[in-house]
Amino acid sequence: MEIIVCIKQVPDPEHLQLDPHTGTIIREGVPTIINAADKHALELALQLRQKNGGRVTAISMGPPSAAEALKEALAMGADMAALASDRAFAGADTLATSATLVALIHKLKPFDLVICGYSSLDSGTAQVGPQVAAILRIPFFTAVQKADKSADIFQVEVVMEDGNLVYETTLPALLTVGRRINRPRGIRLSEAKKARSKELLTFDLQSLGLTPDTVGGKGSKLSMVEKIPLSVGKGAEMIIGEPEEISGVIYGKIRNIGLGIQGGI
Amino acid sequence: MNFKLNEDQEMLRKAARSFADEFLADYVSNIEEKDEMPKEVIEEAAARDFMGITIPEEYGGLGLGHLARMILLEELSRVSASLGMLMQVWHLGIHPIVRFGNEEQKMKYLPRLATGELLAGLAVTESTGGSDPTAIQTEAVRDGDDYVLNGRKVFITSSHLSNVVGVLAKMTGEPQSFTLFILDKDCPGWRPGRQEKKIGFKGSNTGDLIMEDCRVPASNIIGNIGDGLKVGLNSIGEVGRAGMAGVSLGLLSASLEKAVKFSNERTMGGKPINKFQAIQFKIADMYMDLEISRLLAYKAAVMADEGMRCDTEMSMAKYYSSEASIRCAKAACDIHGSLGYMMENPTQRFLRDSFLTISSAGTTEIQQMVVGRAAIKQFS
Repeated sequence: MEIIVCIKQVPDPEHLQLDPHTGTIIREGVPTIINAADKHALELALQLRQKNGGRVTAISMGPPSAAEALKEALAMGADMAALASDRAFAGADTLATSATLVALIHKLKPFDLVICGYSSLDSGTAQVGPQVAAILRIPFFTAVQKADKSADIFQVEVVMEDGNLVYETTLPALLTVGRRINRPRGIRLSEAKKARSKELLTFDLQSLGLTPDTVGGKGSKLSMVEKIPLSVGKGAEMIIGEPEEISGVIYGKIRNIGLGIQGGI
Repeated sequence: MNFKLNEDQEMLRKAARSFADEFLADYVSNIEEKDEMPKEVIEEAAARDFMGITIPEEYGGLGLGHLARMILLEELSRVSASLGMLMQVWHLGIHPIVRFGNEEQKMKYLPRLATGELLAGLAVTESTGGSDPTAIQTEAVRDGDDYVLNGRKVFITSSHLSNVVGVLAKMTGEPQSFTLFILDKDCPGWRPGRQEKKIGFKGSNTGDLIMEDCRVPASNIIGNIGDGLKVGLNSIGEVGRAGMAGVSLGLLSASLEKAVKFSNERTMGGKPINKFQAIQFKIADMYMDLEISRLLAYKAAVMADEGMRCDTEMSMAKYYSSEASIRCAKAACDIHGSLGYMMENPTQRFLRDSFLTISSAGTTEIQQMVVGRAAIKQFS
């Protein structure tokens, strides 16, 4: 199987700081990590390769420093990596990001599977995976819990709020995965030692055949115009009872404010 | 002079840190509570190739050297000094075979030590004390193709875990003829004895090794008869002291990080306590201690990698970093106030653990003697 894994380099949440004026994340001088869910995506890819053979390619869009995240992916066991990096890509919304990643994927064709993290720690939109699939016109599955190939059948199990659904799909397809699917392997020192001799390709606007108006801030369809700070309520509600009762009440409250499924991914 | 780690060393740090933060950290409270290192932690560390970091590639290791090992121990000990200590001693036990072993011994042991299938150890100290190895009582006497060993080693790290142990003995009737033997599971007559209960380093097993008419083939002698002190002291000087410096670096980092985190969160008079000079000065001293220790330890490790004599530098690194680890653990406790003394807070663990860095691999006074003698020689 030829598997492509999308990796995003994000600020380390342990060192997360917000600009007090703009409310945006400060990225300069902050340590970075591979987006947590993307490590699970890479682990799934490595497991599928182990079972079915083939190759795993890690890709990313970002500044030149994003190569660090790709080098880590190579040290974890990816066979090769490719980075889309150009000043023109800066300020991209999810659609412009997806368009750039698709251009990069076209350079790496053919492929059987694209795997992405469900969402990123810094933006959390969960849009890029589905958008990449839509542009590529391939089937996609989000919040995948299990994925396996036997003979010519590729089976995918996805998390729903009240249980899981099992699908069979044709390939190529795109999957997004969360943190419950597996436990990512760490970096084995012997793999890390090999990583430096693996291929890490870099593409810019021109080599991807893109134009400035389709990528980055210029190619973005939306922009944030205002940030409304979260209103902080006053006082506290004491919930009294046995632990089971208390957890039931808290669960109900979380559901009532519209949170639920993400906790299960 | 280049103070920047290269790409491979940075990746090694990342590999060790991700193991420590994402895997090892989940086990720390369990290790403290049960005073045992879980088997799965040892297996995972082995799967990530940590055991073979100093073993040459031709024997199944990675051959990454002393600086790489220092970085690894620092990162492990930042989260669990106990695993850092065990790892350092496994490497210590490997060293005599790598440095002084013959080809047959290397082929027999190193590939399986590199994978963690076998765990190494080094047993020198006896109840007569560790600082004077010439006072040991363990004796070896020739019997056909074997030697028969009798004696008892004490305060041996990994005594109940290691299965390939270098043991220092003196030859019966030749009190100055010290020899290092490799004991493995095929040598009948040795067993772990009492297991110590320590105030810190929970999960890092320390105990006795007992030899009763233990038969060791003559082919298991490292170097020659009479080389034992040279082999043992070189291993302790280059690898044991370096290892304790690495463990101390981890404790220093952990104390500093925890102190800074708490001082950002804890407020007094409406502002974080690290806005007050009293706290800033403590943090400044901790940071200086970490950086000085790191410079000394990395320099000594680089010298070892380049094949330079570095016993004085290793002693300086071990002396400074171990004393600094106590100072900084205490400062971290102080910054936390009463919270620093509570079992729920890791600062008490840093303090308990830091005390053992002094006596392990030579006390502060032994290091002072090494450094003092070197200074007197150089500046006379």
